[in-house]
Amino acid sequence: MYSIASLTRESAMANRAPVAIGTMILLLLLSLALLAPLLAPYSPTEQNLEMDLLAPSREHLFGTDKLGRDIFSRVLYGARISLLVGISTVAVSSLIGLFVGSVSGYLGGRTDNLLMRLVDVLLAFPGILLAIAFTAVLGPGLNHVILALCLIGWTGYARLVRGEILALREREYIHAAKALGGSPARIVRLHMVPNLLPPLLIQGTFGMAAAILAEGSLSFLGLGVQPPTPSWGAMLSEGRQFLLVAPHLTTFPGLAIMLTVLGLNLVGDGLRDWLEKKKK
Amino acid sequence: MRRYLLSRFLSFLPSLLGALTLVFFLIHLVPGDPVEAMLGETASASDKEALRRELGLDEPLWKQYISYLQGLAVGDLGRSLYYHGEVTDLILLRFPATLELTLAAMTAAILLAFPLGILAAWKSHTWMDRLALLFSLFGLAMPNFWLGPLLIIVFSIDLGLLPVSGSGSLTHLVLPALTLGTAMAALLTRMIRSSLLEVIHEDYIQAARAKGLSERKVWLKHALRNSLLPVITILGLQFGALLAGSVITETIFAWPGIGRLTIEAIQTRDYLLVQGCVLAIAVSYLVINLFTDVLYRLIDPRISYGK
Repeated sequence: MYSIASLTRESAMANRAPVAIGTMILLLLLSLALLAPLLAPYSPTEQNLEMDLLAPSREHLFGTDKLGRDIFSRVLYGARISLLVGISTVAVSSLIGLFVGSVSGYLGGRTDNLLMRLVDVLLAFPGILLAIAFTAVLGPGLNHVILALCLIGWTGYARLVRGEILALREREYIHAAKALGGSPARIVRLHMVPNLLPPLLIQGTFGMAAAILAEGSLSFLGLGVQPPTPSWGAMLSEGRQFLLVAPHLTTFPGLAIMLTVLGLNLVGDGLRDWLEKKKK
Repeated sequence: MRRYLLSRFLSFLPSLLGALTLVFFLIHLVPGDPVEAMLGETASASDKEALRRELGLDEPLWKQYISYLQGLAVGDLGRSLYYHGEVTDLILLRFPATLELTLAAMTAAILLAFPLGILAAWKSHTWMDRLALLFSLFGLAMPNFWLGPLLIIVFSIDLGLLPVSGSGSLTHLVLPALTLGTAMAALLTRMIRSSLLEVIHEDYIQAARAKGLSERKVWLKHALRNSLLPVITILGLQFGALLAGSVITETIFAWPGIGRLTIEAIQTRDYLLVQGCVLAIAVSYLVINLFTDVLYRLIDPRISYGK
């Protein structure tokens, strides 16, 4: 309804352009992350204090940080962290959401009521606040970031799946499957889950963007990935102290996060438009 | 209406109790001994025991929960170990600054989004529309922990127009408000444009045109007013999100609000203060959502939540 792609509907070409740009950004990011060991000219953690805070040059494309580490190499390796957080958070959250949403929607009654109240409680918190609270008590670190983001992330998927299951439950082919003696688990797995995949994919795309932003925020606050592991959020936080003398320290990790989120948003909007058209 | 208000308030209570319960359990999630985490390994056994007793951690869990709820009922959130004061007092002291920042961010978002959204819809499919689209795209994708430093580089370091950080004057408020409000402005711009384009083909708009009203009046008086409903919802929901987002913005600009207090509490392992801050933000978020729903209902009586 409020999609980016809908803003440019003059032609089919204009409709596809944002998705194509988004896909290109994401493919590029994925390639850079996978090929980081081959592409990175230096080790992302190797320090060289004599080469600290160098401006971008031919030797150091994005310059160096306060410990003389090559920012280009750190941005490349940082992509691995962002993608790892994004993909694992979406995978785990969507699986939990799929399970809880299916049980809730299919069984209905008290189970549904109880599970949805739990979802309501978690949704009563702004997501990032809960992630901050969880990592604050669990302690910083990549695993805790992923855990915190999964703990808050599954609720959206559960609501989505429940809603879809409630609608699907009344379809004739589901009644037929029930009459043939199919167990609830079998009916959900074989007849309902395939219908849930497109909306889950769309939610997953936006969820990945949100997870990458949240990881960046947590690392920026010192609650996420710990040094010397390169994370875009932590790099931005370190660079903030040198805004006056070396603004490039914040520019490149910032650009990397922004382009990644932009790519995911464009693809998510494109997919959503496609699904809406298909439904019509 | 009274029945609706009552039912909406009753549905708010379980969420509130759930949020309070979740915050209660936070301190129990601390790996190992929370008392040792707060005081450090070198603290004496008697100090640890005294703190354990003060926090009630030596009591059974259900008793701790009851005393926690009793404490909340009289506004007692415990004592801050680091600041040596009541958590409630510290929060009350810092909350106005966060509210000021959040309101300023919202004002900045409205001031940016309304002209852009209206222009984008009015001149749809022109360069103005595309400019607004670009703003929405980048505004939503740009993390505020990068936007803040960027604004500091441009407006404070290069142009020397605004202070880098701190508080106390209107000039101190500009950059934090823009940092916090840009994503919301991006979202609102899209929403206003879409809403306007949806209502602009309605019959009553054609009727207004047929009466001979100027295009300006048709857009601003008739179309805009009727497209405001989804915009108000977003404003309400985003206000809560802004409160949470203030944690990062306040850290960047050393703004003395509750967000910065939360981070200071985390850094000093002052878990009671962390609990208090999280609770204050979450409860504000819930209350604002409740008000948004009620306001929505007041504006459009067709909406029914009872069914």
